[in-house]
Amino acid sequence: MKTLQRIQEVMRRDRVFDFVVAKDPLASPLLDTSHGPILYLEDVSVSFDGFKALNKLTLYIDDGELRCIIGPNGAGKTTMMDVITGKTRPDEGSVYFGQRLNLTRMSEPEIAQAGIGRKFQKPTVFEALSCFENLELAMDLDKRVWPSLTQRLNGEQSDRIDEVLQKIGLLSLRGDPGERLSHGQKQWLEIGMLLMQNPRLLLVDEPVAGMTHQEMDQTAELLTSLAGQHSVVVVEHDMEFVRSIARKVTVLHEGSVLAEGDMDTVANDQKVIEVYLGE
Amino acid sequence: MANNKVTDQKKAYQSKVMMLLKSDKGGSILIAFLLALAVVVPVCNLMVPESSALYMPTYIVVLLGKYLCFALLALALDLVWGYCGILSLGHAAFFALGGYAMGMYLMRQVGDRGVYGNPELPDFMVFLDWQALPWYWFGFDQFWFAMLMVVVVPGLLAYVFGWLAFRSRVTGVYLSIMTQALTYALLLAFFRNEMGFGGNNGLTDFKDILGFNLQEDLTRVMLFLATVVCLVLSYLACRYIVRSKMGRVVVAVRDAESRVRFLGYRVEHYKLWIFTFSAMLAGIAGALYVPQVGIINPGEFSPLNSIELVVWVALGGRGTLYGAIIGALVVNYAKTYFTGAFPEVWLFALGGLFVVVTLLLPKGIIGLIEKQSGRFSKKRKIKSKDEALPASESKQALQRNQT
Repeated sequence: MKTLQRIQEVMRRDRVFDFVVAKDPLASPLLDTSHGPILYLEDVSVSFDGFKALNKLTLYIDDGELRCIIGPNGAGKTTMMDVITGKTRPDEGSVYFGQRLNLTRMSEPEIAQAGIGRKFQKPTVFEALSCFENLELAMDLDKRVWPSLTQRLNGEQSDRIDEVLQKIGLLSLRGDPGERLSHGQKQWLEIGMLLMQNPRLLLVDEPVAGMTHQEMDQTAELLTSLAGQHSVVVVEHDMEFVRSIARKVTVLHEGSVLAEGDMDTVANDQKVIEVYLGE
Repeated sequence: MANNKVTDQKKAYQSKVMMLLKSDKGGSILIAFLLALAVVVPVCNLMVPESSALYMPTYIVVLLGKYLCFALLALALDLVWGYCGILSLGHAAFFALGGYAMGMYLMRQVGDRGVYGNPELPDFMVFLDWQALPWYWFGFDQFWFAMLMVVVVPGLLAYVFGWLAFRSRVTGVYLSIMTQALTYALLLAFFRNEMGFGGNNGLTDFKDILGFNLQEDLTRVMLFLATVVCLVLSYLACRYIVRSKMGRVVVAVRDAESRVRFLGYRVEHYKLWIFTFSAMLAGIAGALYVPQVGIINPGEFSPLNSIELVVWVALGGRGTLYGAIIGALVVNYAKTYFTGAFPEVWLFALGGLFVVVTLLLPKGIIGLIEKQSGRFSKKRKIKSKDEALPASESKQALQRNQT
């Protein structure tokens, strides 16, 4: 009986196999967002030594959406990012990028090349390299070993880097090594690296930590301008900042979704007030 | 007007970047020095009469050649340690393997001039009562095959070892310990007579190389020149790698490995190729070393050698390429001097040196020189930078620096 079902499943006429689909050289060939969401997390669980960091987390991110994720410490926000970028493997559940890319079976570089970029909580730029070189490494070029030996930037590419440097306000520090930057500047440089990667999905972990109010406003502006072409997921503690950018907010608590909706709905939710906002 | 300024600024930066890329003052000086040696040494050894004060005795030519082999080995280590952050404590193993490949060729060149006069077998095999040449000695009577093996054998070992280690993400001190174990295991293996590499005594009593007598001054000078050429070419090759995008990725791996992964680079592939290339350079250094000193034995695999090598690179200054070469030359000269003048002091001096370098000179001799000469030029740089920027912009930069 089971075999019969399996055969029927294979023979279904509405099913299209991956290898039959013609590859579009422009778009990431396997990324298919025709059903709306770009990221699917379903029943994802991760535990460390018995502690459940994620507990049957189910979350969908739409293509082009800007989503904020908030939650108290230990709610599983960073673990969720680790699962999406391949750093941590989930114990159970499925993680799909578009319809077809199974992220649980891909390595970190594969996931990055498929179009998921990540900014870390602690800004990590390459300290020995200049701002320009930091962006150059992030750029969406061939990243294999042998091509990198002979690769040289053409004028158009270095202009693009300069444009991004202008955007993140580091053009005057173009040749300075990353170690000389202040905390806020490192944050900006890392955001610039994300832009150079040109990913379809940006995961941004606490982008405004250590920034002044003015810089925060600029960041908010930048992130909202990115939404549309890219999907952006922001994890942030600063409620004021979240309020300034968020259209849709997801509240995580103890590894699963507690509430979801626009900022006002979430802020008035009784459960949310109890665990988080009420503190 | 503003547009003009921006393009001017851009041009200034571009030329600065170009200069940064091209400016390798230390390396240029070093290469000039090596090329000068390549002229002075043959002239002073071969053309100047022995009675002259300028005459250079042959033992000094050999000694200098030995130092340059060590310098090449140090260069190889600096590429993996200084740039990629892989602290290999077993690099002498690749050096020794290259040396053994050369030694096998030289052994086969001896022919029937050995003590036992056997045309087929090297002396130690006759002594062990072996009847035929082991299969892995085949081909070593051909120079080209031996030279191929000089790079292939260390390269292959490094590739297999690196593939296993980097794929399972072994890093830091664990990797260092494993490389140390690797060289120790090879030391024990090569000590065994059954291995067929001359056991305890190793390979020695070489007669000639490519038909030239190894004892003659001219051959020794030629070997010295070959060493200079190999060192200069290797330096340029390393410099090319370091200046390419590959070099920048490798530096990024050293500083923030996981970040590089999230940018989409396969870190283990980069590490693997740098490690393999470095092992090949070490093999070449070993192959140049053996005909000059006239012997290769398992002692070259000793873990101590690898650790000494790390001291050379650390003392010279890692992550500069030329610093490693300077370190190797300085420490080896000191070793020759101390072991001659106060033989019992040398090991203490070496240990003390390592402590001093770690505590006081984290960037080695090069770091010290740069610090001294940097004080002046830094002041000038800051001044010129302020002038180059429009007032408002420099103010902004100042504000940014403060936050």
